[in-house]
Amino acid sequence: MRSYQARRLTDQIMRGLCWASALFGLLWLALILITLFWNGFAGLNLNVFTQDTPGPNTDGGGLRNAIVGSLIMTGLGVGIGTPIGILAGTYMAEYGRYSRITFYIRFVNDILLSAPSIVIGLFIYAALITEGVEHRIVGYSAIAGALALAVIVIPVVVRTTEDMLLLVPNSLREAASAMGLPRSHVVMKVAYKAARAGLITGVLLGVARASGETAPLLFTVQSNQFFSLDLTQQMANLPVVINNFAGKGYANWQQLAWTGALIITLAVLTLSITARSLTAQRKQQ
Amino acid sequence: MADVTLNAATGKSLSIEEQRLSAINSFRFADRTFHNITFAAALFVLILLGSIIVSLIVGALPAIEKFGFGFLYSERWSVNKEIFGALSPIYGTVMTSLIAMLIAVPVSLGIAIFLTELCPMPLRRPIGIAIELLAGIPSIIYGIWGFFTLTPIFGQTLLTASLILAIMVLPFVTAISRDVFLTVPQVLREAAFGVGCMTWEVARSIVLPYTRVGVVGGVMLGLGRALGETMAVTFVIGNAHTIAGSIFEPATTISATIANEFQESDGIYRAALLELGLLLFVITFIVLAVARIMLLRLERKAGA
Repeated sequence: MRSYQARRLTDQIMRGLCWASALFGLLWLALILITLFWNGFAGLNLNVFTQDTPGPNTDGGGLRNAIVGSLIMTGLGVGIGTPIGILAGTYMAEYGRYSRITFYIRFVNDILLSAPSIVIGLFIYAALITEGVEHRIVGYSAIAGALALAVIVIPVVVRTTEDMLLLVPNSLREAASAMGLPRSHVVMKVAYKAARAGLITGVLLGVARASGETAPLLFTVQSNQFFSLDLTQQMANLPVVINNFAGKGYANWQQLAWTGALIITLAVLTLSITARSLTAQRKQQ
Repeated sequence: MADVTLNAATGKSLSIEEQRLSAINSFRFADRTFHNITFAAALFVLILLGSIIVSLIVGALPAIEKFGFGFLYSERWSVNKEIFGALSPIYGTVMTSLIAMLIAVPVSLGIAIFLTELCPMPLRRPIGIAIELLAGIPSIIYGIWGFFTLTPIFGQTLLTASLILAIMVLPFVTAISRDVFLTVPQVLREAAFGVGCMTWEVARSIVLPYTRVGVVGGVMLGLGRALGETMAVTFVIGNAHTIAGSIFEPATTISATIANEFQESDGIYRAALLELGLLLFVITFIVLAVARIMLLRLERKAGA
């Protein structure tokens, strides 16, 4: 047995290191947020929302086309991905809860959830776009980008839907069944209602995830200098504009990249905080 | 309600028994349809994985046929001569991820122990929430931050990329480790304190051994994220197809190569980039599968 003094010393050193690592980690993360807010707010004005992306070293200009494009593609992607995700999650929690296939689907879904998003972009490119081959389905377009985002959203929604439906007490389902409600009604009228806040959380997390993804859009939409609402054409979007503007040496582009980054971060933080407070309310009930 | 209603189609009145049967039949049909639709959606998840693998293989086929296994161990990346080897991107991917994990894992575990064992109670929730929120911030944000603040100091090198990856993976691994540490039954901690253990001894001899499998799973998930990370790395690594042997030299990773070169590629060049994508998917798939299996084992233990 080591002496009390030696044990005490080790304890104090290790506790100090844990404190230090907490301070160290939080310091970096705070530093990122401070730089982001500092540089982002410097360029935040009305023009950002009313004017389109400018040329290099020109006065004025904003991110209107990119913001609108991001909203459209994220909306479409979530719109396509959510029903599929909720239905799949419903099967896993309500019908095949203990079946072998649910186990495999959960495993595959968890892998898709953390799969590199660049691979999802390449997948949509290879499956739909592929230039130079006659079976090209669409070109670089907003719709291809929306599909890529849908593939990103699906695993997020599947995961939360399943988790949230599993939290619904079985006694509720049994009571509904005992009154003669068919299974599909039990799911839709009882389980969905009880898990509503959780299901909305899943969708919000999906939106948060999709709105910041860059790599999938690089290979499916690219970008557009101009304002466009045509889903079959290339469309500007915040992440790719940030990517294209940050690396070039033009001051006005770099400023817009920071401002765009700030907008995305604020959007993602708002969405995740809303999602959290929804589930927090649920747990208190 | 009257016990007899008119059937609109036939004009005949139906007995209660017949009404009951038709209601049951329509319920049964709706039930079966709903069941089948949800099952189809669930199968879609599996089909998605299958189609990702198949379409990447088809897209990469020209490169797979031309370079064979040599693609994996050749360092040469010559766009003009159309000779492509993946060794330097593979090297860069593995090196940046490993260095990032070397930095991030001890710090993350430190923060997680701090959050579950040391931190004053009122601070635990806010710090925990802050860490989880940071884990959700898109990687392009980390990317441009690294580009504007780290590259002026360190230049575009393998080390810069590793640093950015470490900062990115940090909240991720911390959040998982904290969740995993919280699965340790409070009774075990109390028993250890009861026989005179100090805080660090409880963490080292009770919490860590109990959650070992889960911690490794969480670290592997972080590794999976680091391996596939694109936007945070692309800005800062310098995109040089060489194996310099020094971490202070520019390098490239699989994802950075794809992101940087995709738009100007065509033909066999593009097929080679798709093969890189396939390779990345296979590597991360293995890492993530191992991670999930380990986390599953901890879940079973916690449930038992």
